[in-house]
Amino acid sequence: MPTSRATPGSARPRWPEVIDPEPKPLLDAADVGRALTRIGHEIAERNKGTADVVLVGIHRRGVPLAARLAAKLTEIEGRPVPAGSLDVAMYRDDIGLRPPAATHDTSLPSDLNGKVVVLVDDVLFTGRTIRAALDALVDFGRPRAIQLAVLVDRGHRELPIRADYVGKNVPTSMAQDVQVQLTETDGADRVVITAGASMDASMEASA
Amino acid sequence: MNKHLLSAGDLTAGDIRLVLDTAGHLAKLTDRAIKKVPTLRGRTVCNLFFEDSTRTRISFELAAKRLSADVINFTAKGSSVSKGESLKDTAITLEAMGVDAIVIRHPASGAPVRLANWVKAHVVNAGDGTHEHPTQALLDLYTMRQHFPSFDGLRVAIVGDVLHSRVARSNVLALKTMGAEVTLVAPPTLLPTSVDQWGVGVSYDLDAVLPKTDVVMMLRIQLERQSAGFFPSVREYARLYGLDARRLDAMPDSSIVMHPGPMNRGVEIAAEVADSIERSVIASQVSNGIHVRMGLLYLLLGGPAVTEPGRLPEEVPA
Amino acid sequence: MKPILLKGGRLVDPASGHDAVADVLVRDGIVAEAGAGLDATGAEVVDCDRLVVSPGFADLHVHLREPGREDAETIETGSMAAALGGYTAVCPMPNTDPPADNAGVVEMVAARGREIGLVELFPVGAVTVARAGEQLAELGAMARSAAAVDTFSDDGNPIREARLLRRALEYARAFDAVIADHCEDHSLTEGAQMHEGELSGLLGLRGWPAAAEDMVVARDLMLAELTGGRLHLCHLSTAGAVELVRAAKARGVRVTAEAAPHHFTLTDAALASYDPVFKVNPPLRGKADVEAVRQGLADGTIDAIATDHAPHTREDKEVELAAAPPGMLGLQTALGLAITELVEPGWLTLPQAIERLTAGPARCRRLPGHGGPVTAGAPANLTVFDPAATWTVRGAELASRSRNTPFEGRELHGRVVHTILRGRPTVRDGQLVEAGS
Repeated sequence: MPTSRATPGSARPRWPEVIDPEPKPLLDAADVGRALTRIGHEIAERNKGTADVVLVGIHRRGVPLAARLAAKLTEIEGRPVPAGSLDVAMYRDDIGLRPPAATHDTSLPSDLNGKVVVLVDDVLFTGRTIRAALDALVDFGRPRAIQLAVLVDRGHRELPIRADYVGKNVPTSMAQDVQVQLTETDGADRVVITAGASMDASMEASA
Repeated sequence: MNKHLLSAGDLTAGDIRLVLDTAGHLAKLTDRAIKKVPTLRGRTVCNLFFEDSTRTRISFELAAKRLSADVINFTAKGSSVSKGESLKDTAITLEAMGVDAIVIRHPASGAPVRLANWVKAHVVNAGDGTHEHPTQALLDLYTMRQHFPSFDGLRVAIVGDVLHSRVARSNVLALKTMGAEVTLVAPPTLLPTSVDQWGVGVSYDLDAVLPKTDVVMMLRIQLERQSAGFFPSVREYARLYGLDARRLDAMPDSSIVMHPGPMNRGVEIAAEVADSIERSVIASQVSNGIHVRMGLLYLLLGGPAVTEPGRLPEEVPA
Repeated sequence: MKPILLKGGRLVDPASGHDAVADVLVRDGIVAEAGAGLDATGAEVVDCDRLVVSPGFADLHVHLREPGREDAETIETGSMAAALGGYTAVCPMPNTDPPADNAGVVEMVAARGREIGLVELFPVGAVTVARAGEQLAELGAMARSAAAVDTFSDDGNPIREARLLRRALEYARAFDAVIADHCEDHSLTEGAQMHEGELSGLLGLRGWPAAAEDMVVARDLMLAELTGGRLHLCHLSTAGAVELVRAAKARGVRVTAEAAPHHFTLTDAALASYDPVFKVNPPLRGKADVEAVRQGLADGTIDAIATDHAPHTREDKEVELAAAPPGMLGLQTALGLAITELVEPGWLTLPQAIERLTAGPARCRRLPGHGGPVTAGAPANLTVFDPAATWTVRGAELASRSRNTPFEGRELHGRVVHTILRGRPTVRDGQLVEAGS
């Protein structure tokens, strides 16, 4: 469940007039770690263990998150949990509406048939990235079930998609931007909200 | 990327890296059960081939189909001396049908350049006369990258009929863009008179060049060239410029042998060299061709339609 | 018709050396008088203030396509283009269908020209039957015909055999006629699409090496020396050829030479677009060659500017480069190019440029009544032009039936205002005059 972030003594930035030059992180490194641990436990609980569980991280930041979750789950359950990466550039629903998105590596355990695939991503927003990921997964095989774990759910769904495991629910406005930074990609773990310029209701670029 | 791919000289180092990287990611598709992605659904690619080339045409066709594009194959027998209104009229017809990309192979140098003036579709040069074959260069560079970490200073020797080779021209341009060190090896009759302006090494002595070569690319010699006096006999050509087992041994162990195909076994390349499992990458060139063409088609057609030639709009980094 | 007084123009007449403001009175087809402050009584006064008056231009080398390719040009449309370009005399080449290798065809061409009455035609006869390079055509019959052929050429084809060129040069002496050769060694230019140089190697187009032209020029000069015949060299394009002619003239060889405006304006860089409008024989060459041609025109090594006007239909030119026939339009852009590319940058003075369009051609062959001098009693073949007029070349606006000009969209300085053929205006204020008016 999301925890409150009020820091005693700090003034809350008034939206939208004030743009905080140094946005206070919504989640710091410790928060991120705790969220992932909790999600790991929830995955194990929900699936009654990790037999047949495969974690698939969506590029870009879903990939290190999936790796971390896999490590946590391996620790929790005492058996290795495979993790892979999935690039959804080829499955986007905005092909032809914007310049071609850069591609990345897709590396999955080749056989997904009958497995429980847990898709992992950093931020769940419009849901279009997940829709693309579902279509991509289905071309790889026929999982028994597909579940979704995200670090942050910022609302504003445009498709009927929901996450099974959420690190933190963060209501946002369309004008804001939620940035997840991870040690593997950005040098440190934190999640910040900025008054982003993006009014674009389509998929986030980094998905 | 430019809207059209007419010459390897159109590609910046960044463009080349992008195509190769994308091709690398798309290569994984062949490992899947469903070797297809829906990306270019609803797009139509026309293979406009005025020259026989089953190999290249199928490569483009597979590349397009794996991206879920529709493919039209238009094979026409148009020699360079027949009235080319067939080219302009064909272009107008394709335009009216609304194709998104035209992949053209033509016996006349410059035909894709002319075609690009007459159509709104993307034009991809699949080989025009003795001018260029840019996708071949891309797949050749992709193949080299599978075996060497960097192009910078990579020693590449291109051997054979450079004068008439569109593969050589495109490779020279692309390799120089990526910082490789290129040496052309051929008899003087088979080198362009202005080759000293190309910024590459030139040698008539294959044995002197091979020990210092990381990649040797053998070009097909057309046996008809003998009657035009470019070399006295096939025997002499093979003796001086053919890659046989002895010459292969003189090369560094890590070096690789390439050939754009089709090969004249026993002339420019000995059968045992072509078939060498350790050193010949000729077979992989073919499969790499599909991946590279997939990457290219995605980068050209995966964005919004453009009417003007020139650079395509690029993604603003997040 | 009323006499015409061309009043107050700068009369540039290279044949007499005149270059000063003067009036020219034209009456009954001849120049009645030329001088300052002429009496205008009874004459129509044409104000030539700030304009240049010169002898009518003469083009040694045009292709009018009739008979045989009237879809590309007819004698009528070609004459219109010539008159609008300031020409009062042009020499149509014999590569027609049927070829002009006999008296019948040359007489027909000349007569048709007279019928249309916009420019005087001096047909060039073929040297060999069907221009095939094997057997001499009946040069005597053509010379003695009503067309009074004075120059023979197989243009388009070189005269391949030295033996045959020797015979032609010798035989033509009987009629004091000129043999004009298209200098190209076919064995070196087979399949060539453009000049052989750095660019041809990059574009993947077979090249036409300069040596293929220079070799034949050298051979022709030696044969001219050997036979004492009159040799004219068509469309010189290389530095080597210009140098060979310069040296030969210094030795006293009887040779004249021409160059086309595209060879003193454009280089092989134009071929990067693979647009067949730039395909021509000899091809557009490199920068050094263009400069050598300009220098050759400047020092008189090259006697004449000759357009090699070569109309081709759109269908013929709108194909791949390899399939397209070579040739470009030239009649209406020659003056503009001479002024913009030769006079304005300082390669030639205006009188020198006019000389290459008038007295120079008249020195290369007989063009009775053309080329000047503009003196009392001479036939009134005159051109009046505005050297400062600026205009943009538009193929669609040219009078030729074809549109293959490589100068589309180019801004030129220098435009013909009036052209007068034997005392009758063919062009007034830049427009063709209706026959009979």
